[in-house]
Amino acid sequence: MSLKKHILDLRKRKEQVEKGGGDRAIEKQAAMGKMTARERILALVDKDSFTEYDLFVEHTARDFGMDKKQLHGDGVIIGTGTIYGAPICIFAQDFTVAGGSLGLMHARKITKIMDHALKMRVPLIGINDSGGARIQEGVNSLAGYGEIFYRNTLASGVIPQLSVILGPCAGGAVYSPALTDFVFVVENISKMFITGPGVIESVLGEKISMEDLGGARVHAEITGNAHFFSDSETECFEQIKKLITFIPWNNGKKAKAFPPKPPKFKGKIEDIIPSDPKTPYDVRDVIRAIVDDSDFFEIQDLWAANIVIGFGRLNGETVGFVANQPLVLAGVLDCDSSDKAARFIRYCDAFNIPIITLEDMPGYLPGVDQEHAGVIRHGAKVLYAYSEATVPKVTVILRKAYGGGYIAMNSRHLGADFMFAWPMAEIAVMGPEGAANIIFKKDIDEAEDKDAMRALKVEEYKEKFANPYVAAAKGYIDSVIEPSETRELLLHAIEVSANKDDHRPAKKHGIPPF
Amino acid sequence: MSTKKTEGLVDFAILSMKYKTKLTKKFENRVKYEAPNPDHILSYIPGTICEVFVKEGQKVKEGESLLILEAMKMRNQITMPRTGKVKSIKVSQGDRIPKNQLMVEIE
Repeated sequence: MSLKKHILDLRKRKEQVEKGGGDRAIEKQAAMGKMTARERILALVDKDSFTEYDLFVEHTARDFGMDKKQLHGDGVIIGTGTIYGAPICIFAQDFTVAGGSLGLMHARKITKIMDHALKMRVPLIGINDSGGARIQEGVNSLAGYGEIFYRNTLASGVIPQLSVILGPCAGGAVYSPALTDFVFVVENISKMFITGPGVIESVLGEKISMEDLGGARVHAEITGNAHFFSDSETECFEQIKKLITFIPWNNGKKAKAFPPKPPKFKGKIEDIIPSDPKTPYDVRDVIRAIVDDSDFFEIQDLWAANIVIGFGRLNGETVGFVANQPLVLAGVLDCDSSDKAARFIRYCDAFNIPIITLEDMPGYLPGVDQEHAGVIRHGAKVLYAYSEATVPKVTVILRKAYGGGYIAMNSRHLGADFMFAWPMAEIAVMGPEGAANIIFKKDIDEAEDKDAMRALKVEEYKEKFANPYVAAAKGYIDSVIEPSETRELLLHAIEVSANKDDHRPAKKHGIPPF
Repeated sequence: MSTKKTEGLVDFAILSMKYKTKLTKKFENRVKYEAPNPDHILSYIPGTICEVFVKEGQKVKEGESLLILEAMKMRNQITMPRTGKVKSIKVSQGDRIPKNQLMVEIE
């Protein structure tokens, strides 16, 4: 063969394999409203940046007639590319090839690109669209999953790992995404569950649709398994690209700095907050009033909305926000919000992202369901995560900081580097009403007009304790600041802590209250 | 979560303070706590009733088997928690029942 013929032969081979499961399977995929694996990768990475590996890999199964079947690329595409210039490793399961089922070589391709990502210290993006284990390959298929989970765990906290659920992801397959940092789901396309509706019905007689059991909305709103929810694959890819701009390539680097921009917000920040401490406001408005370009990239906005987490920039540098949300459940900490905050704090700490905590919280959510659901052990995660974190940690107390909540929300006592409080902040062991009822019980009980006495004592308590100055007098708060100074002081705090060098006792690892 | 500024605000008491705020679906759908009744024998796992060994009105000693609840391919013996009498049996052989379903009432 002449060289030219060899090249033509290569092109022909490539063309054939790149078709995946063939035209009919691709049509079916489109009919489900889904892009193909290849289209997805090309839509996600920078133009002409994708380089594919292992295109010609073939499966090795010999039983059940599998030896006569050719599965192009063994149902998964792997390779490298860039997103806004940032290098990434990516794999995308190809549903058009045997339903994207995971066999031994399929798994080998995935673990190969995972190893590569970890060695090269670049983010890993996994696009999941698979019917599950390839039954014909038996235990080899299970081995494949296990090897993926193992690598997910090794890479955790070293490189960012993103999972994109663009199809079914059932049984053991769900655990790889669950081990990664961020999970993206798309309405009507993503499905995640351990046991499907069929099994549930046959065992329990409970009828439920796939969508209601483990659809995108379920995981974005109820389970908290998903971090980003969108209406279309295109919107999902925009979210992924945006996220990549906020995070570093690996744990040895800082996120890329952008040109500083002032917030778009042009009002007075104090006007966002109602003067009555019982009236809610949207804490995201406060964040938008502070961050560069008023661009706040929220994570898990639909789940445990009583706490708000996400990324923004201050003077071009990425910071993570953790903020109580008075608009939802009065901003209490409960099992879910503790879980949500703690994991995000650990993410920021692992990837050198300073944490800004905005505090306005009345305490923990009372209730038998909360106590029995383990609010003690879930709440402890927040204490653990803040105490463990060595990145710059800044707190601004906006309005209320009561009781255990005051301690939990990155207090000085858990190692906060900067503690600011607005002048209307109430830092106390509990709200004035509750405290007055206990401290002045005798005065109130003995008074002729109990309500008047109670009101009087509540005022007395407020004056004496429900303010930031008692804490400031002890040095628990560094400065009581005017709300309009907040952004400037946060910029300053981030600037002066750029070389923060803080260490924890050497250990193999801690034992967080998982 | 919709963020219309005042829509859906309700009173929400934490300790003695009442706040205006929105509730989450999860909070609204939470299961209200009920104290367990020691006379009620509930299914601790969803499954199928395989066999029932006792009759209503029968006296049964502590530890004796009342019925078999098959779940996850295991035949689970449901035994009498204390010596007493079977007041009523709420399930029969072949029933497929969810978790926490009342199976037997004792006295």
